[in-house]
Amino acid sequence: MSLTLEQVQRIAHLARIEISESEARTTQSHLNGIFQLIEQMQAVDTRGVEPMAHAQELSQRLRPDAVTEENRRAAFQAVAPETEAGLYLVPKVIE
Amino acid sequence: MINASLKQLSQALATKQISSVELTRLFLDRIARLNPVLNAFVTVDAEKSLNSARTADARIAAGTAGQLTGIPIAQKDIFCAEGWRTTCGSKMLANFVSPYDATVIRKMHGEAGMVSLGKTNMDEFAMGSSNETSFFGPVRNPWDTERVPGGSSGGSATAVAARLAPAATGTDTGGSIRQPAALCSLTGLKPTYGVVSRYGMIAFASSLDQGGPMAASAEDCALLLNTMAGFDERDSTSLERPVEDYARDLDKPLAGLRIGLPREFFGEGCDAGVMAAVRAAIAEYEKLGATAVEVSLPNSHLSVPAYYVIAPAEASSNLSRFDGVRYGYRAEDYGSLDDMYMKSRAQGFGAEVKRRILIGTYVLSHGYYDAYYLQAQRIRRLIADDFVEAFKSCDVIMGPTSPSTAFKLGEKAADPVQMYLSDIYTIAVNLAGLPGMSVPCGFAGGLPVGLQLIGNYFGEAQLLNVAHRYQQATDWHQRRPPGIA
Repeated sequence: MSLTLEQVQRIAHLARIEISESEARTTQSHLNGIFQLIEQMQAVDTRGVEPMAHAQELSQRLRPDAVTEENRRAAFQAVAPETEAGLYLVPKVIE
Repeated sequence: MINASLKQLSQALATKQISSVELTRLFLDRIARLNPVLNAFVTVDAEKSLNSARTADARIAAGTAGQLTGIPIAQKDIFCAEGWRTTCGSKMLANFVSPYDATVIRKMHGEAGMVSLGKTNMDEFAMGSSNETSFFGPVRNPWDTERVPGGSSGGSATAVAARLAPAATGTDTGGSIRQPAALCSLTGLKPTYGVVSRYGMIAFASSLDQGGPMAASAEDCALLLNTMAGFDERDSTSLERPVEDYARDLDKPLAGLRIGLPREFFGEGCDAGVMAAVRAAIAEYEKLGATAVEVSLPNSHLSVPAYYVIAPAEASSNLSRFDGVRYGYRAEDYGSLDDMYMKSRAQGFGAEVKRRILIGTYVLSHGYYDAYYLQAQRIRRLIADDFVEAFKSCDVIMGPTSPSTAFKLGEKAADPVQMYLSDIYTIAVNLAGLPGMSVPCGFAGGLPVGLQLIGNYFGEAQLLNVAHRYQQATDWHQRRPPGIA
């Protein structure tokens, strides 16, 4: 398998990372090297093997539906790039 | 005091030979003197550290101190600590001052009363094996400052090896505690997945990430793990288990211990000098009463390929939170919301992090999910089953931690695949979720070699016992880098 330049640009768009054409070319060559390594997996017959998503076979715990956290909006918004009146500011989305 | 064990420091503090403030100053002075060359710390805040030390001294005076109260420690900059800048080695978080404590930090600062000396350098978002992907520049290995300390916990490794701190925290997703421990001649432990809380530990690959101690000896690691481990309701994968004393079995004799040597770890691909030191260590274990048996991990060669699907897939999802809205870097100039995301992420992440996000995005995308992600998860099962089979005929598994000693800065930086292969012996342990350690076992060409110990699930106390008995019989773990005064 080999990724085309267009595929690299498409993936970068899906990941919301701006990429120039020259960066895309370097990335293409690195990713193709990495996928060559990854391709070793394809030679293995894994029919009937249960996929393992996690090291521990656990089900999610439930907790009582009670408020346990205090409101710390000011502290959490102090690290935000831009806020106003307790809201996070982003460029206008709806015209 | 610089080379003292945690137990010795604890006694010195309890008997008022030294105060926590004096001890903290001693290490802060070393950091001020040596860090400009080594670059092990990215953030130091002497006043904050000394304040904690004063609180610790008050507890010691009041008779309410615990065993580690007043002992300084270096924190990998992946652990959020309230009021401390927490960068994860990234431009994305270069100005992020955490509004809360990770559970590991809360336990250390609160109940245990330990003193944080600062935050240590690391590969960006823990993605790397050399500490060269850090936004804050590479860390140097105190054994040879032209060489890497390993990664991603490279700053923590160098800090302890150069005695800028008595001990440090690390995290291990594919070898990030064990490989730098090996390259810097330290003892490092990655616990069973779920033993140490991940709350407040910035996520890379959530099904693999696990925090653990890095220190000079197995005994030190045991005391630290006693503080770090435990159930945490804030981490949905934290395991509800009875509290353990990880130091309880340190002195148990090793007679009858069965050591499994995986055929695949003793073949080609490992430097001869590393192999010679590892074999000498196993011979030492035989003198201590253990027997070596051959075992096989037939799918271990697939661990690197499977890992480089699973870890990037999880990373691409975890790192989508960095969008320039709620915290972290936002680009200066942008147009639309999408443009703001794209520019903030393009400028805020380094090359290796972007590469892994792209791999992850691709393997999770429509049409490729089955071929890559599901196939990797099936191989993960085969790898975990190999260990189950191997542990039927042995108690612990041993082999090299890393196929080579510390490599030169820049040597592997241009070739991601070469870099990835430096974790060839450590990654399978994360995929299976098992505990693993690296223990200093000698030198090759003047550079440290690490012996890897792999235990069965929840076998931390046994691993620490096996490491401790070896350290009672040898002095590799007491060697210090000659160039660092």
